[in-house]
Amino acid sequence: MATAESAGNERPARRSAIYKARRFGFIGFSYLLLLVLSLMILLPLGWMTTVALKPENVPVFTLPPQWFPTEHWEWGNFGRALLDPARPFLRYTVNTLIIVGGEIAGTLFSCSLVAYAFARLRWRGRDALFNVLIITMLIPWQVLMIPQFLMFFKVGWYGTFLPLIVPAFFGNAFFIFLIRQYMRTIPRELELAARVDGCNHFQVFWHIVLPLCKPVLAVCVVFVFLGGWNDLLGPLIYLDSNDKFTVAIGMANMVTRADPNLNLLMAANLIMMIPAILLYFFAQEKLIGGIASVGLKG
Amino acid sequence: MTEPRSGADRKRGKRSGISRAVRREERAGLLFASPWLIGTVVFLIGPIVASMLLSFTNWNLISPAKWVGLENYRDMVDDRNFRQSIRVTLFYAVLAVPLFQVAGIALAMLLNLRLRGMYLFRTILFLPAVLSGVAVAVLWAQMLNPDLGIVNQILRAIGIDDPPRWLQSPDWAVPAVVLMGLWGVGSGAIIYLAGLQNIPPALYQAAKIDGAKTWQTFWHVTLPLLTPTLLFTLLIGVIGAFQVFDVAYILGGSRGGTRGALLFYVLNMWNEGFRNGRFGYASALAWVLVIVAAIVIVLIFKTSSRWVYYESEGE
Repeated sequence: MATAESAGNERPARRSAIYKARRFGFIGFSYLLLLVLSLMILLPLGWMTTVALKPENVPVFTLPPQWFPTEHWEWGNFGRALLDPARPFLRYTVNTLIIVGGEIAGTLFSCSLVAYAFARLRWRGRDALFNVLIITMLIPWQVLMIPQFLMFFKVGWYGTFLPLIVPAFFGNAFFIFLIRQYMRTIPRELELAARVDGCNHFQVFWHIVLPLCKPVLAVCVVFVFLGGWNDLLGPLIYLDSNDKFTVAIGMANMVTRADPNLNLLMAANLIMMIPAILLYFFAQEKLIGGIASVGLKG
Repeated sequence: MTEPRSGADRKRGKRSGISRAVRREERAGLLFASPWLIGTVVFLIGPIVASMLLSFTNWNLISPAKWVGLENYRDMVDDRNFRQSIRVTLFYAVLAVPLFQVAGIALAMLLNLRLRGMYLFRTILFLPAVLSGVAVAVLWAQMLNPDLGIVNQILRAIGIDDPPRWLQSPDWAVPAVVLMGLWGVGSGAIIYLAGLQNIPPALYQAAKIDGAKTWQTFWHVTLPLLTPTLLFTLLIGVIGAFQVFDVAYILGGSRGGTRGALLFYVLNMWNEGFRNGRFGYASALAWVLVIVAAIVIVLIFKTSSRWVYYESEGE
């Protein structure tokens, strides 16, 4: 009887010990994997920063590779990249910000209006047109690039920012969809009350619905900023002079040169990455939430 | 969500005298939607029709356009650059699309574990989602330098004496681009993670009570419930693979790298249009892309009913 009892006590104990050991091993392995993967993201960025901060006479490639931080702190590289008369990245940054600012203004204006029409107002053809809107999201933009270019060329907008900014004022299917979905989650009571009080549709939209949409509009701002800041093909097609170029074109021109100065190249590359990284840290929740919601709703 | 007033109500409203409000709403709807309606006609339908017509001409922006019928499309058959661009794009798509899916799911499952400090790991691994393709390509071009780059230093350190020459090799340039994309797989994992977190925990409890092993739970619970997300990422992934441009332009220049190893479809199209001035031919290339993309999208949707699992008809 005693043996039976002890055996009965021992077995669950041993089983839970095995379970614990396995659980512990699993957690340890997971952490190890996460650590390795995180280093794989961070180390290249660290290496890049190191190169950007090295003086010209110090070798870029070393064995073993040097990670951030090193003994070199040549901040002047950033100044040289920003003000280099051949490739003035400060000018490029300002140009890109002008374009992106215009795109943001246009997107917020047009997409919120159109989203309201699809979310709340009843008009003939609305549902059919909403299906059209969804289909247009699947059309690869590159297909339109030649006729759009010819159109903007004919109206004399080639070489200006206008072809990059103006279309934003005419709505973007993706952002309209995103805002529309969000608007539909807002309770109607407030709007109905405002209607009863004699507000017209625009007043209801402007004073009631739009303030409630701030979260989704913020998501749109983040996406438009990233899209515009990182865009290469659009500026490549429409811009033709050094004083109009964007950061992405500046990078492309610098890297396709035969023998670029790697310190300046990486400094410029950091200049290109930093706004996006800053935005990421300040708007991480919005950005990730935005990407996630797109996946779930699509 | 249901609409409180349907078409029938609207008719009744007309009869009972509130038709003015209905008409005003009708007008407001069109007015609010007008930016998009105008934009769709001017920037979408117009250009689509124009590019269709252009594809039957030999317009080069300088001399007047001449109607050439199907000649542009016939020319593709013998065009070596066109064939190369198809080969490169298909190679990339076949390699990248499934790999990014599997890696994205695996990473999302890892990031879905309940561990302390997970927020930090997520922050780090999602970071490449915001970095521009241009900047990442510039960075990786140096990492993949065949003689001095870090990747090959590591490969030599682990005993591979003759590592690939990556971007300088006609065979390894596309895998190098895939490798670069794999570095940014965290942005795909965001979507899968949301999909994973959308799976009701009750199902996992039920599976546990039934004594399901971890692998069985993954195969019979997680994966089926993730298939709607998979459908979405598959569509995005395939369309994205057809559209690769930035990375190819940065890494291989407009010529498409060593022996056209990086001559992706859109890069070739851009070359024909904006470098060679063959806008008619480039428009024909654009139309081939549209048709191929449309066929692939339709095929994915058609087969999706066989493998996409919808738990219930939501909403």
